[in-house]
Amino acid sequence: MDKTFTVSIFTENTIGMLNRITIIFTRRHLNIDSITASETEVKNVHRYTIVLRTSREQIDKVIGQIEKLIDVLKAFVHEDDEVVHQEIALYKIKTTHLKSNNVEQIIRENSAKILTVEPDFIIIEKTGHKAETKALFEKLKPFGILEFARSGRVAVTKPMKELSTYLKELELN
Amino acid sequence: METTVLTVKTTGSDAVIRSLKAEGVTTIFGYPGGAIMPIYDALFHHLEEVNHILVRHEQGAIHAAQGYARSSGKTGVVFSTSGPGATNLITGLADALIDSTPVVCITGQVASHLLGTDAFQESDVMGITMPVTKWNCQVTKAKDIAPTLTKAFYIASSGRPGPVLVDITKDAQFEAIDFHYEKCNSVRSYQSKPKLKLEQVQEAASLLNVAKKPLMLVGQGVMLSSAENELLTFAEKTGIPVASTLLGLGAFPANNPLFVGMVGMHGNFAPNVKTNECDVLLAIGMRFDDRVTGDVTRYARQAKVIHIDIDAAEINKIIKVDAPILADAKEALSVLTNLTENRTHSKWLNEFHQAKKEELQVLSTNRKKYFPDELRMDLVIDLLSQKTNGNAVVVTDVGQHQMMTAQFYQYNQTKSNVTSGGLGTMGFALPAAVGAKIANPEKQVVAIIGDGGFQMTLQELGTMMQNNIGVKIIILNNGYLGMVRQWQQLFFEKRYSFTDIQSPDFVALAASYNIKGQKVERLEDLNKALDKFLNTENAYLLEVKVSREDNVFPMVPTGASVAEIRMQ
Ligand SMILES: Cc1ncc(C[n+]2csc(CCOP(=O)(O)OP(=O)(O)O)c2C)c(N)n1
Ligand SMILES: [Mg+2]
Repeated sequence: MDKTFTVSIFTENTIGMLNRITIIFTRRHLNIDSITASETEVKNVHRYTIVLRTSREQIDKVIGQIEKLIDVLKAFVHEDDEVVHQEIALYKIKTTHLKSNNVEQIIRENSAKILTVEPDFIIIEKTGHKAETKALFEKLKPFGILEFARSGRVAVTKPMKELSTYLKELELN
Repeated sequence: METTVLTVKTTGSDAVIRSLKAEGVTTIFGYPGGAIMPIYDALFHHLEEVNHILVRHEQGAIHAAQGYARSSGKTGVVFSTSGPGATNLITGLADALIDSTPVVCITGQVASHLLGTDAFQESDVMGITMPVTKWNCQVTKAKDIAPTLTKAFYIASSGRPGPVLVDITKDAQFEAIDFHYEKCNSVRSYQSKPKLKLEQVQEAASLLNVAKKPLMLVGQGVMLSSAENELLTFAEKTGIPVASTLLGLGAFPANNPLFVGMVGMHGNFAPNVKTNECDVLLAIGMRFDDRVTGDVTRYARQAKVIHIDIDAAEINKIIKVDAPILADAKEALSVLTNLTENRTHSKWLNEFHQAKKEELQVLSTNRKKYFPDELRMDLVIDLLSQKTNGNAVVVTDVGQHQMMTAQFYQYNQTKSNVTSGGLGTMGFALPAAVGAKIANPEKQVVAIIGDGGFQMTLQELGTMMQNNIGVKIIILNNGYLGMVRQWQQLFFEKRYSFTDIQSPDFVALAASYNIKGQKVERLEDLNKALDKFLNTENAYLLEVKVSREDNVFPMVPTGASVAEIRMQ
């Protein structure tokens, strides 16, 4: 049975890591829903957060092959209830719509905020789960969305073991 | 060699050669070109310590390095230039990756300011080789050459070995540096040897100690971890019958009474069928390839499976394992030997030997019926095996002759079976045999090749000629791409679509390279010809005209269970 999994991969900061990781998914015809890359709290360690739908069996094999990559320090896979995650979405609509009461109300009700107001357009920002940013999209749609962008998922795991602990374990081995 | 050489003022290209020397490299297989010229120039100053073999095609260089590595346990080394030189390595890299062979390839690259500009002979070597290497790295600064190369050797040869490629830009080769060498012994993000968990071995031992019909399945991992003696001690203590994968042949002596043959698509009858009868299956350093398992959903379902492997990604990849042991085979086997009881399984073992006798009987009867008095592949290999006492290094290509050799050659020595298993690369054998002979100058190295595969890399006869390499070549000429023809006969109603292949006069061809040879067409000439072949000091090519439409049996057809193995 397919489920949504959040894969967190910690790597050395070397060129080409993203490519090395993604070819493992493409070989197995697994479609990645979203991917983000960032630094971590540890210097020179990068993290990739990948979200996809697949089976537990398949994802466990993929994790095994990812961990086999020489520059991967550690890879984890989590189901949705084991991570706290967010996405950010930006919506561009015409400034004239601001005059409409409706837009203001929608922004309030959805805990979104206005990032900037220009003579021609405004940018609204909403962070939350995909369902929430999508709901706001549907509500703003009647006003005409000029541009929309949503980030991939960023996620932090609930278990308390710290990355630095894993790194120490690796160095001891 | 544990070395921190004193600092020397030199260039990047010289640092390459000095690094190789610090790693104990004595042989390089390669082919020069523009982007690697500074390295070849540096090599010129070190020729008394490092031997370079000029091949005829870069694919030949990497297969030679593979043959060298597989037959010696040492890491093979390759030089090639950028662009086409590098792309010609791809088949060998893929082959070495899937067959876990330690190889370090050093490729020249255009100067760093030209990277990404479609410069002459520039190709994205990093991108192209990423999926076919254990690790790859591009070096653009001379100071990074030594640290990258020592890391490359460490990664290629440790853990589950594999090919590594280091791409060095031309400006880095020219750049001046202070060279010093510190050998790499660890990489933080890479665990080469998982720590053995005693409870995993205890679990396995308790299964084995009560097993009534245990079966062992050994792969190349046994040889990669130098666990041959541990395997022998363990097998003799526990009395468990030992079967082998294609790549595992040689890990356990074929003349030991506990050896019961090969598993897989063209493996022996009993070890295949009994995989589905045994109560405990102990797999060591093998990966349950689909050519081994047949239909996985009907593979060893009744058995408790124990799997010893150094690669965590292999455990539970294909077969659900009851007792995994994530460890180096040598260490795992020696602990397992201590925890298991002295036992024998003579009745069970005898069933294998009985079945083997019947199998040989059936095969021979059928062949005599269809090909009376003809020269056949099995007869050639059987006689070769007897004449060499199963002690030669045997390098095979891909096809019917490969499977016939696996079945009929009695591999008694470790690292004596060099063949392309996982990738099934035609054209592998001739260059691989060149590498194997260089690694084992005192041994008889025999390459057994099909008429098709020989024509894929026959230019390496030139390498043999120029370097006086005494490889013995047997071409089993059936006038067909035999293995494909066999499938056409069995599964495509004999529509022989483009498998009839013509060949040149192989003996005359060899002669043009100054290599002696002869052609045998009659059964009664075989014996004498093989004697001549084996007793010739230098290289020799023996072409044997064999039955055109013989087939390899036993056979587990694709999609069938190992229990449904066919004898004809
Ligand atoms: C590079 C490559 N191309 C194609 C194949 C497919 N293939 C497998 S066996 C075989 C026939 C080999 O013919 P030959 O070398 O004459 O050996 P035989 O089977 O006749 O002993 C072919 C074409 C392959 N394994 N490798
Ligand atoms: Mg043939």
